[in-house]
Amino acid sequence: MPSTIKLWDFSGGVHPAERKKLSTTRAIQHAGVPGQLVLPLQQHIGEPAEPIVAVGDRVLKGQKIADVSHGMGVPVHAPTSGVIENIGDRPVPHPSGMTDKCIVLKPDGKEEWCERYPLSDYRKLDRDQVLDAIHSAGISGMGGAGFPTDIKLKPSRDRKVDTLILNGAECEPYITADDMTMRERAHEVIAGLKIMAWILRPERCVIGIEDNKPEAAAVLHEATRGTKIEIAVIPTKYPSGGEKQLIQILTGMEVPSGGIPADIGVMCQNIGTAVAVSRAIFEGTPLIERIVTLTGEALKKPGNFDVLLGTPVDYLLEHAGLQNDRVSRLVLGGPMMGYTLATTAVPIIKTSNCIIAATSSELPAPPPEQACIRCGQCAEVCPMELLPQQLFWHAKAAEFEKAEHLNLFDCIECGACSYVCPSSIPLVQYYRYAKGEIRVQRAEQLKADRARERFEARQERLEREQLDKELRRKERAKAAAEAQAKKKAEAEQAAANGKAVDERAAGSALVEQALARKKASSEAAKAQATMPSTTPLEKPDTEALEKQLAQAQSKLETMQAMLEEAKAQQADNVEKLERAVTKNHDRVKRAEEALADARKVPTTQSESQSIE
Amino acid sequence: MAFVQQSSPHAHNARPTSKVMLWVILAALPGLLAQTLFFGWGNLINVVWCIAIALASEATILKLRSKPIGFILKDNTAAVTGLLLGLSLPQFAPWWVSAVAVISAIVIAKQLYGGLGSNPFNPAMVGYALVLISFPVAMTTNWAEPGLLWNDAAGFGDTLAAIVSGQQTAVDGWTMATPLDEYKHKIVTHTSAEVLVHPTFGDGVARGWEWVNAAFLAGGLVLIGLKIITWHIPAALLGALVVMSLAFGSNADQFAPLSLHLLAGGTMLGAFFIATDPVSAATSHQGKLIYGAGIGVLIYLIRSWGNYPDAVAFSVLLMNFAVPFIDHYTTPRTYGHHKARRGLPGRGRS
Repeated sequence: MPSTIKLWDFSGGVHPAERKKLSTTRAIQHAGVPGQLVLPLQQHIGEPAEPIVAVGDRVLKGQKIADVSHGMGVPVHAPTSGVIENIGDRPVPHPSGMTDKCIVLKPDGKEEWCERYPLSDYRKLDRDQVLDAIHSAGISGMGGAGFPTDIKLKPSRDRKVDTLILNGAECEPYITADDMTMRERAHEVIAGLKIMAWILRPERCVIGIEDNKPEAAAVLHEATRGTKIEIAVIPTKYPSGGEKQLIQILTGMEVPSGGIPADIGVMCQNIGTAVAVSRAIFEGTPLIERIVTLTGEALKKPGNFDVLLGTPVDYLLEHAGLQNDRVSRLVLGGPMMGYTLATTAVPIIKTSNCIIAATSSELPAPPPEQACIRCGQCAEVCPMELLPQQLFWHAKAAEFEKAEHLNLFDCIECGACSYVCPSSIPLVQYYRYAKGEIRVQRAEQLKADRARERFEARQERLEREQLDKELRRKERAKAAAEAQAKKKAEAEQAAANGKAVDERAAGSALVEQALARKKASSEAAKAQATMPSTTPLEKPDTEALEKQLAQAQSKLETMQAMLEEAKAQQADNVEKLERAVTKNHDRVKRAEEALADARKVPTTQSESQSIE
Repeated sequence: MAFVQQSSPHAHNARPTSKVMLWVILAALPGLLAQTLFFGWGNLINVVWCIAIALASEATILKLRSKPIGFILKDNTAAVTGLLLGLSLPQFAPWWVSAVAVISAIVIAKQLYGGLGSNPFNPAMVGYALVLISFPVAMTTNWAEPGLLWNDAAGFGDTLAAIVSGQQTAVDGWTMATPLDEYKHKIVTHTSAEVLVHPTFGDGVARGWEWVNAAFLAGGLVLIGLKIITWHIPAALLGALVVMSLAFGSNADQFAPLSLHLLAGGTMLGAFFIATDPVSAATSHQGKLIYGAGIGVLIYLIRSWGNYPDAVAFSVLLMNFAVPFIDHYTTPRTYGHHKARRGLPGRGRS
């Protein structure tokens, strides 16, 4: 079956020593419950979750203890029952060794579950309901960056996912967490994959596995018998498990630079994530534990362990028989892309897949950096077809524009270039530095641009307002002059008309005279009829207008006061307030004009009456 | 417990620069052996002398620059420069010619530009071109006649004495024009058949030279096999030479035949050991093809219409000039991009 699946190759790549056998000799075991669990509020990409429990609260296993109220993110759950001991800053797994807000839980050892609500009949539900369940189970990508799974599973409408890929490549040396999961929990992997496939309705569903994991591939073949799920056994070559590389291997397509796989109708999901989804739906169990590979020559009992989230690394290392005299470096993640830990006090989080306790001979310190001899080995192995050497020169010379021009930001930091560099240059570190510098520059540029734009817009608006004011003043003057002229003209015409009527009346027959008299009297009656009806109405109208004007004026005053205050505090809303003041200013002016007009009305009416 | 703090990757499997250079030296040994067998002790003495001068001048400059001398000398790159000059210079070149070539290579062409990795020109070829222009007589009249070792004419002691004394008259009996030189100058007034009777050509293509070139070709193939160099530059260089020769030099009564171009002179040494110097060569595969082809074309042009019988040094140097340009316009297409971003930033941006 695997031979029928067409595979492509990606350029470059390396073959580091796999060292996977260290941790595959024993079945997955449970690491047990440590004396304390430390749960960072941010284990995913996006907004950190906010605690919804207080210190001293007793929580049950699986109970939600932190939730995301706004923005992107997923909740955090209690991995076991116990008491909230503390909420505060603790060291978290991060390359910088920083601390972050964590909930500290003291397990009571009772493992008392909260109520769980499985959705075994998920196919009868609405897809959004299932996505909600995945969200409330706190599931975020367990392989790499920790992107919230429910959001990933709901790509925008124009991004129809045709190919769903389950990434079982696990190309990093040492790590065997996915391998062992596939071997021992294939049914859960497939169940999770089926749920995701049901949500996305792809045309193709592929599990990509490197050919150094024949056991896992065989088990999955068995588990997928009779389904349309394809098992693609791909050649072992680092970094075949990189999302972009795996997509290229399985589909021959490339993810556009700066885009996401869904742009080309592909989505990759992690093995661990599939299991978490399966458990969330079929058991109602939130993401409270994960499989972690504990490996390295400094451990007596390396292997894969079911680890409660929040379990401190030192507890795990002790559990796996750490030899203190032999360990020289601790790597969280794999030897190609993982980062070293400064302290063992950090907890396991949703994205922690492996801890390597390496001896100094196992992962020796690299020899001192030498001059680049432009040998081009780095370009030969770069899976992104970049020019690592040129990027290095530019990064070192702080020529960031040139580095960007050579697509620095397409670098996936896989480390293949550093791995082969004969001059032992820490290339990836140079790229990270350059990326960081460029990001800082961009942010500063953006800030400066915004400030300039804002200033310019304000200047422009003030000028425009000044002009408008001038224009309106002129228009009003013109309108007044015209009105004056018109009035005069009308008065003259009325006088002329009156004469004409007189002449006509004088020249007409007696009957006509009588008719005219009758008409005149009826007109007078009509005028009389309208007069009383307008006069009483007029007074309240002026009053209403006066009231309106008073209101507008008081509003304008408040606005002006607010604006002054905002200006004094240099608040963000100055601009908005300024607009509001201008608007209110106009309103007051309009009200004043309206009132003035209204007051003019009686005279106009009487004039018109006299004309009639 | 303090753990090692390091940036990823934590695993390395590099062949260090020193080993790369050592392999280059080892791969050149068959060529040196062939040179010694056919042309006597001259090349071997030159190689030793040039390497010694190279290391001494590199060490001196490193000391002046306050760089770690031992650490940098161990990268073997100075030794390679010395070796390449020792292999290229005439067998009976006086000691001071070699010294001038090596010192200018290391001091001017390499260290004054910033040391390893920063030199735009191939140091060995800068040194070679400099002495070729400065001392044309010493550089053309000191080529050993083939079969020197078998004829028992110039033993080790004689050769060493000739090189050290620098006496031109002492070596006259042991030297002979190179095949390329002979052909170039005789073909103007003679037919091909008449030219080829000269003993420098022997029974095959070019006596001794053919074996030396074959040995360098073999060494070069080993380097490709070991992935120390890629095939692009040698293949493009030789390919261009072949194409040029077939296109313009089919008349053997006018121009040197293709066989002579490939197997006489410094063609194979140049193609596999000199043009492939990574520091001064183009970097991308496409760039390497252009760079190599450029050298091949120039070699043919200079040999056929220029004043010098051999042209590897000038051709390599001329193409070194073009490397930054080639590199800017042969950037490969990056994954996920429609086309490569070429040229300088800010221009022709996609």
